[in-house]
Amino acid sequence: MSEKNKLYRRDFLKVLGGAVAATSTLAGCTYNKEKTRGGNTQQEVPTDKMSYRTLKKTGEKVSILGYGCMRWPTLPTPAPDGNVIDQEAVNELIDYAFEHGVNYYDTSPAYMQGWSERATGIALKRHPRDKYFIATKLSNFSPDTWSREKSIEMYNNSLKYLQTDYIDFLLLHGIGMGGMDALKKRYLDNGILDFLVEERKAGRIKNLGFSYHGDIEVFDYLLSLHDTYKWDFVQIQLNYVDWDHAKEINDRNTNASYLYPELEKRGIQVVIMEPLLGGRLSKLPDYLASRLQKKRPQDSVASWAFRYAASYPEVLTVLSGMTYMEHLQDNIRTYSPLESINEEENSLLEDTARLMLTYSLIPCTGCQYCMPCPYGLDIPAIFLHYNKCICEEKISKSRNDENYKKARQAFLVGYDRSVPKLRQANHCIGCNQCSVHCPQAIKIPEQLNLIDDYIEKLKQNTL
Amino acid sequence: MNLLRKLRTIVAIIFFLGITLLFLDFTGIVHSYLGWMAKIQFLPALLAVNFIIVGALIALTLVFGRIYCSVICPLGIFQDVISHISVKRKKNKYSYSKAISWLRYSILLLFIIALVAGLNSLVALLAPYSSYGRIVSNLFAPIYQGLNNVLAFISERADNYLFYSKEIWIKSLSTFIISIATFVVILVLAWKNGRSYCNTICPVGTVLGFISKYSFLKIHIDTDKCNYCGLCARNCKASCINPKEHKIDYSRCVDCFDCIDKCKQGAISFGYKKQKNDIHLEKDDKVDNSRRNVMTASALVLATSVLKAQEKKVDGGLAFIEDKKVPKRNNRLVPPGAKSIRHFSQHCTACQLCVSVCPNDVLRPSTNLQNFMQPELSYEKGYCRPECNKCSEVCPAGAIEPLTIEDKSSTQIGHAVWVEKNCVVLKDGVSCGNCADHCPTGSITMVEKEEGNPDSPKIPIINVETCIGCGACENLCPARPFSAIYVEGHLMHKTI
Repeated sequence: MSEKNKLYRRDFLKVLGGAVAATSTLAGCTYNKEKTRGGNTQQEVPTDKMSYRTLKKTGEKVSILGYGCMRWPTLPTPAPDGNVIDQEAVNELIDYAFEHGVNYYDTSPAYMQGWSERATGIALKRHPRDKYFIATKLSNFSPDTWSREKSIEMYNNSLKYLQTDYIDFLLLHGIGMGGMDALKKRYLDNGILDFLVEERKAGRIKNLGFSYHGDIEVFDYLLSLHDTYKWDFVQIQLNYVDWDHAKEINDRNTNASYLYPELEKRGIQVVIMEPLLGGRLSKLPDYLASRLQKKRPQDSVASWAFRYAASYPEVLTVLSGMTYMEHLQDNIRTYSPLESINEEENSLLEDTARLMLTYSLIPCTGCQYCMPCPYGLDIPAIFLHYNKCICEEKISKSRNDENYKKARQAFLVGYDRSVPKLRQANHCIGCNQCSVHCPQAIKIPEQLNLIDDYIEKLKQNTL
Repeated sequence: MNLLRKLRTIVAIIFFLGITLLFLDFTGIVHSYLGWMAKIQFLPALLAVNFIIVGALIALTLVFGRIYCSVICPLGIFQDVISHISVKRKKNKYSYSKAISWLRYSILLLFIIALVAGLNSLVALLAPYSSYGRIVSNLFAPIYQGLNNVLAFISERADNYLFYSKEIWIKSLSTFIISIATFVVILVLAWKNGRSYCNTICPVGTVLGFISKYSFLKIHIDTDKCNYCGLCARNCKASCINPKEHKIDYSRCVDCFDCIDKCKQGAISFGYKKQKNDIHLEKDDKVDNSRRNVMTASALVLATSVLKAQEKKVDGGLAFIEDKKVPKRNNRLVPPGAKSIRHFSQHCTACQLCVSVCPNDVLRPSTNLQNFMQPELSYEKGYCRPECNKCSEVCPAGAIEPLTIEDKSSTQIGHAVWVEKNCVVLKDGVSCGNCADHCPTGSITMVEKEEGNPDSPKIPIINVETCIGCGACENLCPARPFSAIYVEGHLMHKTI
């Protein structure tokens, strides 16, 4: 009950004061997948101004923008062999990124229903191998890949699919999810970590590291073994909300303000994931977005988050899963060259983060790790719709609200549009098979249940 | 155009568009304004035992003749629309023919027997308003919904929430086929012979025709002015003017007033005149239409076919969802307000108005021969939602009697039955309680299968006393294609 109250407790008026009155006159919130708010598309995209960071180990230059290969454009229907990726679009995006100085490409055997490595490999093969870095992961999440043989097979497949004989950056994938137990089963007991260290010695892995979500004990444990394993880099979630407020969103998460200094003091370089919190920092509520845009009218809202993440000196690259050319261009502009966040901007972003928390958004980043739900639900789509309605202030508190009727219609019609009926929240049976896969540690069935309750109240007009 | 004909046309157009819209509208907005148009239809009013409306319609006919057939009956007006186009292409195409009375009265007799004996499918097949309802809801509504979906698509792009898309599906293939057959028969007959359907097959036409023989106001031919040109007969959709003898068969005249316009001599008028015997019933029934009509009538009865509509969608990162299948129910489910299956069967004319308006895709025409085309509930696509009582609002025949949302929520139309072998709790070994979570009356509780063992799987137990049979459990049950919980219908509905 108290959780429910928390979800519905969005006292915009209280929080935002009179400012709400001003925002109500603003044009509708731009929350389309295709559009990011702001950003001057007329501006030319420079080809030779990308900022680079130096990889301490070798002195190589890594572009501050890294390409996340988790959100490639998809085909309307999968190809006969099951491939879901639009390869031509991928080629186009990678060619463009490459020409504009992006040289870090991050994929995984798990991404895009297992097709990301292949698509990325095909597109990258068309460029000289020594001009870019490939990062991939040992994504042995499923218990049937925990054996040594299966895990090594997964690693070998990565080499095969990526059409290369060495990996520039190899990561233990998502350590912390499932706690120490999962770490032991996936990498320690089966000797896979030792195997990877051997591979690094043999030169087939240039840099070895891990990506972290979840249980902090695992992070601390692996760092305590830094002297043994000599981590070349670590990938963490960092953005202006997670810096100090990750715990407020979910107490099982860790603030980046703890993670980053831990890595910095050991001299381990950092790769940043979720700089946009799964896109939520590019789709801020109108009121918050307009404050940023007033300061830098030429810049997109997303660019603030990218600049923020890259402003930390130990950051090697900032990953962005760019599906659309417009996003790629916007990000290239942001980093060509990088203009670090100054003191004043930093406090504005901290303020934005604090206000964002009052909106009770569901911390879903749309990573799809929870999918497919065995009972057919489209979990990220449900959360996305709910968050969108929060941002557009289409969540009602009671049926006596001033524009209740309009908000109700928009919520329900929009819901049916974005999530097919059979994949909606009321079909969640609470089996909870999804939650363990969530890097954001969202209690998925619980959240779905609350959303469903809200929808029932809307439908029955009993809110 | 004379004033009478102008009036007739205007009123007819209003009724025709209104009733058509009733069947097309799936938002339920039109019904609050135009619902009465369905309720003043003759047969539904008769079945609703609404003496006021039946009396009024008989009185109307006694005064004006069969004006009902020209301005209120949507199937009649529909035929006028067709023959209007047909006449544009070929002028003066009709000619006088004799009434095929033996056929008219035998069909009427058959109809009355079917009505009394409860042969609902035959009644539904012959009822004119129901035929039109089926044509609109099966043939026109998909087109209307398709257009709506285009608008919804556009409004989605424009970030507007006014239009929402509606799934188009064939609710019953046999009813769909019957509708096509009816449509084709009506189209051909109206195109060639104007009102021959109304004057040979339609039982309502026969009854009103009989009454209109004695109507107060009638079409009259002034023999002094008539020059025997025969234009009136060649433009009579009902083929009821015998120009040679100056006789009009009033049992077939539908008061269209076309002849008044056509007569260049001004010899035809509408009014009161003391009459002699104008009706000629002739023994010799050798009219070429008769055989065709008998054949089409029997073809209508024979056209049945049972096939289930299938639709499949495959999606990339999403689990495949198998379509639900209709469980075998010992008793069918009829909507709250129907009182009992018997009451419902006796009153329903299978006009499909409730099917058209059901926003949850619950109602669909039955494929069972006994109550063929009468609606029944099934929960594969949705369930009977607690906030909705649309079907009871629109039913013109009193088959579904009006009831409030509160009454509906306490009306038991059936009860849920658990099917152990399908339940995912036991089959997949997962915890589930979706039926219990969504039961609006709280009639389902999840209990430990083995008492006292907190680790044992939890299974649903149903309180059949408080279950109302809304189907939330059946619809939202994750087991597919057959749900692990389904609703069994009750013969008599009761208030819990």
